[in-house]
Amino acid sequence: MSGTGLTYHVYDVNHMTPAEIYGQVLTQLGEGREDIVALTADLARSTKIGKFGERFPGRFFNVGIAEQNMFGIAAGLALAGFTPFVSTFAVFAALRAAEQVRTDICYQNLNCKIIATHSGISFGQAGSTHHCTEDLAVMRSFANLTVIAPADGYETANAVRACLDRQGPVYIRIGRGFEQTVHPGEDYGFELGRAVTMRDGADLTVIACGPCVLHAVEAAKTLADSQGAGVRVLNMHTIKPLDREAVLAAAAETRRIITVENHSIIGGLGSAVAEVIAESGLPCRLVRLGIPDVFAIVGYTDDLYNLYKIDAAGIGEAAAQLLGVQVQAEDDWEDEL
Amino acid sequence: MGLTDSQVATLKLKAQQIRRKTIETVVWAGGGHLGGALSQVEIMVLLYYHFLNIDPKRPDWADRDRVVLSKGHGGIGYAPLLADRGYFSEGLLEEFNHTGSPFGMHLDRLKVPGVDASTGSLGHGLPMAVGMALGARLKGAAWRTYCILGDGECNEGSVWEAAMAAAHFRLDTLTALIDRNGLCIDGTTEAIMALEPLADKWRAFGWEVTAVDGHDFRELAGAIEAARRSTGRPTAIIARTVKGKGVDFMEDQAAWHYGGLDSERAALALQSIDRRSDTAGPGRRAP
Repeated sequence: MSGTGLTYHVYDVNHMTPAEIYGQVLTQLGEGREDIVALTADLARSTKIGKFGERFPGRFFNVGIAEQNMFGIAAGLALAGFTPFVSTFAVFAALRAAEQVRTDICYQNLNCKIIATHSGISFGQAGSTHHCTEDLAVMRSFANLTVIAPADGYETANAVRACLDRQGPVYIRIGRGFEQTVHPGEDYGFELGRAVTMRDGADLTVIACGPCVLHAVEAAKTLADSQGAGVRVLNMHTIKPLDREAVLAAAAETRRIITVENHSIIGGLGSAVAEVIAESGLPCRLVRLGIPDVFAIVGYTDDLYNLYKIDAAGIGEAAAQLLGVQVQAEDDWEDEL
Repeated sequence: MGLTDSQVATLKLKAQQIRRKTIETVVWAGGGHLGGALSQVEIMVLLYYHFLNIDPKRPDWADRDRVVLSKGHGGIGYAPLLADRGYFSEGLLEEFNHTGSPFGMHLDRLKVPGVDASTGSLGHGLPMAVGMALGARLKGAAWRTYCILGDGECNEGSVWEAAMAAAHFRLDTLTALIDRNGLCIDGTTEAIMALEPLADKWRAFGWEVTAVDGHDFRELAGAIEAARRSTGRPTAIIARTVKGKGVDFMEDQAAWHYGGLDSERAALALQSIDRRSDTAGPGRRAP
């Protein structure tokens, strides 16, 4: 657990979205921490940060539809000794106000927490103006910034608490609506920068984040049942700093890795994992699943997950294919050299 | 409550010293944003040697007045002033812009004592100043927040987002000082992207507005005193200035936004500053 001393659950993950859980956890945290202030840009209801505002109206600022200004004000409040939580849609945090996040908050290494909702294609029907399949790529490149993509409501609660204990800027991206839980509860040993092994296996590893963790676990179960394949599933909730050890172990032990994310295949989790594998020199096959280099079409989110093959079926298909590929053992590799 | 003759004389002398030190720093740095560093001198000197409640021995003192130099390219004029005020040793200025130095063109709060916010990218300072003023209110603290903006900077949309928010939140402890030197990099502000009627714009956004000669300590001080008395509204002081002020060959020349000085040019600049410091002359006429 985090060091905030809050260990009780007052939320019901079966009926609450990760954003609703965020709003509730933040409000709990606000009870004991006078330094917490909250800001939004006319998205108090959509991002659920308004929950904090209802309880602490004096510490809540709705700045209107002006995201650049919002992140600047948050920086000013952090400079004045407060701990701002800032919420808007991912596309506005990572793209509209990218320079304020980078220069005002990350460059000054301010203790500011950005909780962005509607990330990836979770707001499927809104179209590309409201999708955000680029935020991990952008945010991952900002020095000082910790980047987290929680898998479900429990993990959102853990991440929100943990970010309070981490001095400096943190970006947490969550989805829009209800998401099924993949963790049985919140006491599974969440630790920033440390992947959670959801299943172990020696034939292939699926490294996933966000809602794709659940899809990966489902796919792994199916593969085990149908083919007897040993599929390891890593929940890589922290995109930066990445758990390099977990990636290297997977590369060495399973030699086949699939990454899955609700994000472009360029610059996000898949790229982060690819960098580690490439630099390691380990012989390992890699397949990146995510939104290809296109603007996603409009549609129901589940339909889009299926179309872009980041649901259980898509992961299963990619895994079945990769399991059929012979990967050279490391000793053979050394012989060739 | 106005400035006495002796106060004005002391401030003028200080302005002369800061202008001289700015020229020297530009020589050490190999180049610098001379035009804007020289136009802001009276604004900065008046704040730092007359109005601010600060303690250079405790740059992190929680209740200090806050200053955000939103026109961050004025850093090469700001650093000599901070050194003179005692935040750090003046000798450090000789490393300005050098590899590994704490001082680059745009000052970094984490490296330069006395700097309250890292700036340089235009349009970022006023939003941060709004946050600082909100913070003072939340803490019940008495500090005031001053934000110095360039006039060309007022092309940035985020300035107006912050202007709207400051009035909405009734931040009467916030004062924006606009260095209205009339020039941006590519030419006059009115030719590149017209700002006028600038005072009307700030007024329409809900601010108290005064326009003064930005090189006249008495006019500037009167405007800042009025800002300190204002209740319910933030104040914008449009300080009409001359870019490159004090150095005859730089004055009102867009080309001197940034430049370098060889020893001959530097000597001429210093001579000009000394010659003109007694009869500094007025700032730009209202456009």
